[in-house]
Amino acid sequence: MAEYLVLIYSNEESWAATDEAFSAKIMEGHSKFGEKHGASLRGGNALEPSTTATSIRTDAAGKSVTTDGPFAETKEAIGGYYVVEAADLDAAIAIAKDIPAPFGGIEVRPIGAMS
Amino acid sequence: MLAATIRITRDFDVAEECVQDAFARALATWAQQGVPKNPGAWLTTVARRRAIDVGRRRDVATRSQRFLVTDDADAGREVTDGDFEDDRLRLIFTCCHPSLATDTQVALALRMLCGLSTTEVAKAFLVKESAMAARLTRAKKKIALARIPYRVPERSELRGRIDAVLLVVHLLFTTGHTSPVGEKLSQIDLVERSLDLALMLRGLLPDDAEVASLLALILLTDSRRGARIGADGEFLALADQDRSKWHRDSIDEGLALVGASIRRGRPGRFTLMAAIAAVHSSAAHWDETDWSEIVGLYDLLLEAWPSPVVALNRAVALSFAEGPLAGLMAIDELSTDPQLSTYPYLAAARGDCLERLERLPEAREAFEEAALLTENHVERDFLRLRIAQLS
Repeated sequence: MAEYLVLIYSNEESWAATDEAFSAKIMEGHSKFGEKHGASLRGGNALEPSTTATSIRTDAAGKSVTTDGPFAETKEAIGGYYVVEAADLDAAIAIAKDIPAPFGGIEVRPIGAMS
Repeated sequence: MLAATIRITRDFDVAEECVQDAFARALATWAQQGVPKNPGAWLTTVARRRAIDVGRRRDVATRSQRFLVTDDADAGREVTDGDFEDDRLRLIFTCCHPSLATDTQVALALRMLCGLSTTEVAKAFLVKESAMAARLTRAKKKIALARIPYRVPERSELRGRIDAVLLVVHLLFTTGHTSPVGEKLSQIDLVERSLDLALMLRGLLPDDAEVASLLALILLTDSRRGARIGADGEFLALADQDRSKWHRDSIDEGLALVGASIRRGRPGRFTLMAAIAAVHSSAAHWDETDWSEIVGLYDLLLEAWPSPVVALNRAVALSFAEGPLAGLMAIDELSTDPQLSTYPYLAAARGDCLERLERLPEAREAFEEAALLTENHVERDFLRLRIAQLS
């Protein structure tokens, strides 16, 4: 078995333009996903919008520089994540396909072992 | 053999090393004890045993992380012929996993399944060797770290996964049919391996038109094997071949397969390519070739598979359907395509059109360029002969 970090990307502007009924429907989708794949889930959560993010870089002099906003400015931002345990990539993809991801998509990344 | 060893090592690089070890052991052992009855099985068994040894010595902590995912627990037993077939299918589906980029899938399969060198794979893709080496390394790492499984997909997934596999088997065939580098026109072992794979895939998906058409395409093209080389080892173009030397059984089988695929309607790329090959196979003489039919098929193929190489082949067909000037104009339109800038067949096709237009100095220049670009010695000799015949 291996663990995968499943990142949910979506366009935040499109999200902001939706109504409450739409968000409720997506939340229900996540509940259903949780019920179906609970045994494989090792964690997960929604994130606040990327406007709340803070990034820290080290400059050429070795000094930490703190800036407002996400590390990479992209049209689609990470809106949430799951940690999934699966036998292999095919199994992880099969699980990830059930995650509701309007206005974006899903990225599946194997989690490395620290040893 | 590599495919069978990978099932144990679950690591492409380690499997390659084990196979090389097995060959070294074979040289020493066979020199003393003679060659065994089934050398292939002997080598595979040795490579697999070596792989098991390597696996035992590995750090347990890294094992779960780095190894390929397999379903089998029977790594230690002796090898049977059925295993070879299963392992090759597993390997090709692993190489053609949708989580790898299409070009990478093909490259990996040529390297891992067919034992092509990185140089040969780079040639087949018209890219630099260093770029190809980097791409292969990245892919092997991803297979191990993301745990891309080593298995044939379930029936429900097969359709979605088959296109990439067909592409690989086709490239394998074309690489074998005309070697990108070397002293021989073709590499028969690659041709036969692609034929085996096409047959296996047909067994796996007997109702798929494109699978049947790929098999037809290979059969029809390979039916000309005995007619492509003349008495002095020289290359004979389609126009100059003695068609009575074409392999009749392969043609009949290929024509039947492609006919059935066409009748299903909405032909895909392999059905169209097989149909083009079938037009050649159906002409008793070069002069009887139905070129307008071939141009029409290339038009459909360009829609199904927009590629500069297809466009070039269409231009060549056009030069026979409508004359060398029409062909030359179509070829020149493609000459700025970066993918074709080092492609010897573009220069060769230009030379052919120019020769037929009796623009001999320009034809000579084009053939000379083609001879410089090709690294297949038999093709180069053929081009030099054409240059000599110009004057």
